[in-house]
Amino acid sequence: MEKKTPLYDCHMESGGKMVPFAGYLLPVQYKSGIIGEHMAVRKAVGIFDVSHMGEMIFRGKDAFDNIQMLVTNDCSHMTDGQVKYSPMCNGQGGVIDDVLIYRINEEEYLMVVNAANRHKDLEWMKGNLYGDVRLSDVSDEMSLIALQGPLSNDVLSKLTNQEDLPQKYYTFVSNINLSGINCMVSRTGYTGEDGYEIFCENRDAVRLWNLLLEAGAKHGIMPCGLGCRDTLRLEAGMPLYGHEMDETISPLEAGLGFAVKMTKDDFIGKRGIMARGTPTITRVGLKITGRGIARENCTVLCDDKEIGRTTSGTHSPYLGYPIAMALVDKDFSRIGTSLLVDVRGRKVEAEIIPLPFYKKA
Amino acid sequence: MSDKILFMKSHEWVQFLDDTTARIGISDYAQSELGDLVFINLPEVGDEVIVGESFADVESVKAVSNVYSPVTGTVKAVNEDLLDQPELVNSEAMETWFIEVENISDKADLLSELEYKKLISES
Repeated sequence: MEKKTPLYDCHMESGGKMVPFAGYLLPVQYKSGIIGEHMAVRKAVGIFDVSHMGEMIFRGKDAFDNIQMLVTNDCSHMTDGQVKYSPMCNGQGGVIDDVLIYRINEEEYLMVVNAANRHKDLEWMKGNLYGDVRLSDVSDEMSLIALQGPLSNDVLSKLTNQEDLPQKYYTFVSNINLSGINCMVSRTGYTGEDGYEIFCENRDAVRLWNLLLEAGAKHGIMPCGLGCRDTLRLEAGMPLYGHEMDETISPLEAGLGFAVKMTKDDFIGKRGIMARGTPTITRVGLKITGRGIARENCTVLCDDKEIGRTTSGTHSPYLGYPIAMALVDKDFSRIGTSLLVDVRGRKVEAEIIPLPFYKKA
Repeated sequence: MSDKILFMKSHEWVQFLDDTTARIGISDYAQSELGDLVFINLPEVGDEVIVGESFADVESVKAVSNVYSPVTGTVKAVNEDLLDQPELVNSEAMETWFIEVENISDKADLLSELEYKKLISES
């Protein structure tokens, strides 16, 4: 039985087509459809219910040391109010999850994890804690609303003073008053656009959702579902756990080397990653030039040789042609390489193009 | 809607032009369930289609689905507009045929419009 987020009734009122996802009932799209929602985020502003995401709090003198050990990125230069992206690995260097780390203060951090991995992550992290730290899963007490798109700042400034909002990408501000609702506002997102992710208490979620819709009405705000969340992140070349990475793939193989700091003293998975040596596969972007749409797990061929498989794929609403990400043999990963993708038995032509597929102006 | 239009439980419609010729499409309910269509893979003129077997696939942004044939016969024509404008199915599903089939030798158990409407109202 799937859980409902506090915003379930709002989705129903807006004509949300509800589907089960990571244990929750969430809208895959609303009345206007995935393409309309996608373009609203690229051109104006969209609002997403991402309350299913997992939130964990680390508190204690050793909170920082524990996080440093759990994730591959280096959190040592973080200041209060900063956000950092990082994979979290198992001992073999496979990816357990990819997470966002929020430094609230020296002894308090928030970690946002993928909904589908929440229980696994909690168990894994609890099993690896040491010293003075308490880890609590606060996911069920928090709602999370993402406001994304070039006009998101215009919309949010209507509910608070512009200067109170986080000014830089990957920063956040706790205890912001949005029309009387106490929130934590983070300038982050999963769409490739400017935007915010707003944490609030469950009891305030419906009011905040409606306030944002009202504030954005003149800007053409649209409620957006999981469908366009996926097409937006794909265009932006952002990896999704379970697709571009999993416990058998190292973050280096998944193209996440920027968030793996081998110079850090130690972290779980460091030796595993070293033992794997230089990665022989890498993540690439594909433009499907033939007729068809490559989804995940299609075999990728170069001169009749199997060189890898697609990890995600869709029709790109912004670009107007099909795109995919693939994990392929490094020797065949040069930009411009012509390939074939096996789309349910049909060989469809494709070309390696640079990631991300879409970059905001 | 013409009373000659019949439906499959898998949401295709078939309109018989005469005893052995028919046009095939998907229902309005099917297009609304699929969402924005972005690609349709059609057979070619002269291909055989077989009752109950897939003859085309429709891709929405989110997923791919098979389209099943209500009849057995030979493809006489394909609606080539759909190659570049799959969204025609979203705007007018009941007016937008995928293929025209001739030499029909077999057909599925088909539902009348009333029976089909009852089926989708229960789903």
